[in-house]
Amino acid sequence: MAPDTHKPRLSRAHLLEVLRQMLRIRHFEEKCAELYQQEKIRGFLHLYIGEEAVAVGAMRALEPEDAVVATYREHGHALARGVPMTAVMAEMYGKAEGCSGGRGGSMHLFDAERRFFGGNAIVGGGLPLAIGLALSDKLAERPRVTACFFGEGAVAEGEFHESMNLAALWKLPVLFICENNYYAMGTALERSESQTDVHLKAQAYGMPAEAVDGMDVVAIEAAALGAAAAVRAGEGPRFLECRTYRFRAHSMFDPQLYRDKAEVEEHRKHGPLVRFLGWIKEAGLLHQEDVDRLEQEIAKEIDEAVAFAEAGEWEPVETLTRHVYAEEAAS
Amino acid sequence: MSPDTASDTQAAATAPGGGTTTMTYRDAMRAAIREAMQRDPRVFLMGEDVGRYGGCYAVSTGLLEEFGPERIRDTPLSESAFVGAGIGAAMGGMRPIVEIMTVNFSLLALDQIVNNASTLRHMSGGQCGVPLVIRMATGAGRQLAAQHSHSLEGWYAHIPGLKILAPGTVEDARYMLQPALDDPDPVLIFEHATLYNAEGPVRDLAGDYDPWRAAVRREGGDVTLITYGGTLGRTLEAAEALKEDGIAAEVIDLRSLRPLDDATIMESLRKTRRAVIVDEGWKSGSLSAEITARIVEQAFWDLDAPIQRVCSAEVPIPYPRHLEQAAVPQPGRIVAAAKATLGRD
Ligand SMILES: Cc1ncc(C[n+]2csc(CCOP(=O)(O)OP(=O)(O)O)c2C)c(N)n1
Repeated sequence: MAPDTHKPRLSRAHLLEVLRQMLRIRHFEEKCAELYQQEKIRGFLHLYIGEEAVAVGAMRALEPEDAVVATYREHGHALARGVPMTAVMAEMYGKAEGCSGGRGGSMHLFDAERRFFGGNAIVGGGLPLAIGLALSDKLAERPRVTACFFGEGAVAEGEFHESMNLAALWKLPVLFICENNYYAMGTALERSESQTDVHLKAQAYGMPAEAVDGMDVVAIEAAALGAAAAVRAGEGPRFLECRTYRFRAHSMFDPQLYRDKAEVEEHRKHGPLVRFLGWIKEAGLLHQEDVDRLEQEIAKEIDEAVAFAEAGEWEPVETLTRHVYAEEAAS
Repeated sequence: MSPDTASDTQAAATAPGGGTTTMTYRDAMRAAIREAMQRDPRVFLMGEDVGRYGGCYAVSTGLLEEFGPERIRDTPLSESAFVGAGIGAAMGGMRPIVEIMTVNFSLLALDQIVNNASTLRHMSGGQCGVPLVIRMATGAGRQLAAQHSHSLEGWYAHIPGLKILAPGTVEDARYMLQPALDDPDPVLIFEHATLYNAEGPVRDLAGDYDPWRAAVRREGGDVTLITYGGTLGRTLEAAEALKEDGIAAEVIDLRSLRPLDDATIMESLRKTRRAVIVDEGWKSGSLSAEITARIVEQAFWDLDAPIQRVCSAEVPIPYPRHLEQAAVPQPGRIVAAAKATLGRD
């Protein structure tokens, strides 16, 4: 992993946008935790705090026509992909105005228009879907990328290995992004994998793969741009293992018996926002006023999202059995 | 058949003069695992986050400290491999308890359960048995949306070679594990996820415990409500509400979904002549359909009214509370169905 000295030249607008996206996710997630305490959001809630750099960096390598497949820890991905915060928040509430009509909730954010194919809540379940989306692009000869995000826990599943092989064998245009936060619920990576260098597993299938500092948004963007370009050029799948850390509990039910508070605190010191803010301020690229202005804009955006969700409608019970089959007649 | 026979089913399990303790369903399950592990060194528990995390529903909290990592075995997220490993270990002479976090993830192990666990004895001409217990949580009710709310125990009950238990009371959570472990064949135990916090009495039983027979949880002569697991509580609530209207409902808790205890059901129907089946599974091609068919086959002439079913709406379970609650069986719908069998509304 390259130290921070290799920062490319980035425009002020670029830096502001990266910072804005990371802050949006961070504060959105903090708001969600609050709303969960107030029982506005129910069910499982998996926060992305600490991992923001991965979605923000990687998403910058994608074009609007590319596809995204994510997991149940996908609020950040949806926001970074451009799904409006209002629609995401309404979905967290289960309101009809939500991006999945309220049917999915926190773990199942969808937005077909932005080619955001969900929050999948079965570990590893998204990988075969990504393969298929990429296959459709290959068959239709469209130069597109399917970005598939998943946690390192998924690499123990058969679906991971079957997907690696198919993607490499058929040279499918998939960009796999493993978010290695070192814990699958309470199971530390070294307790669940004989080979803890996750990207080597992809390499074993003949796929170019590398490990990236997942706390460095600029490094992730650079790696994703390179990988996405290769995928788009028809060179087959690429794999990025982004090494990051989850600062919060797995979900709101997790008492975190399996790790020390000190370990979490240590990682927080090197978190993606701390790192990025430190770098841009030290290099004199942005100033505190810039950050303050962003914070204000984001606070307003979040307030509006909450107001939108609060004002949203509950779908009437009469339509309970909708969306099981297509509503238009078969042609 | 006298109406008293039903109560004998319960009485059979009571130890005369035995004491009673109150505990949660979760603690009852943990006590059962502990006891089985203390009793038999061949027993071990394996599954995702059963050790350091303490179990995703905190059933196994503290067991790692007591029994160590060899016998409280955390697994990677590899449902097919560790369920298959449980099958192999059972063939190799161990008595594994495999925990799959929820029935939803058991779908990744379906091949091992349906193609191996259930068939090995038969395919080997009786040479290879699989004395394995697989425990998993099941059911909706916690706003976890479509992929985390399945009730597929009825599906598993379709498979010859498997036995299926569904503890609906704290006492059954406490006692069903041991006979499941003693069984020479694979037994799946379905624990409804909304029950873990439930408290209930557990009697001291003197070994005279039969998990394979249905239990009459409430006696009544007007209509028989047949259910199990997560919907037992709501069915008992409905029975209480029916009493207000002067209707005496009998409530049968199936306990074992395979084999099904036909005798207890038919005996009750000979008395009440009316049946309502309550199941959180979907109706189509389901356990409730199977029970309906058996009643029609075995007790058709005893019936005074069409059989009613109260099941989940034919829709993946939605996230918002009002829609989820509308999708799954509720006391009100059970009451209405029971009244319909009596021609009342
Ligand atoms: C097939 C399957 N098994 C188990 C679970 C329960 N579960 C949900 S998230 C999770 C941990 C996954 O860890 P990881 O893939 O590293 O992603 P993270 O949560 O750390 O983002 C588990 C065990 C599940 N959802 N699906």
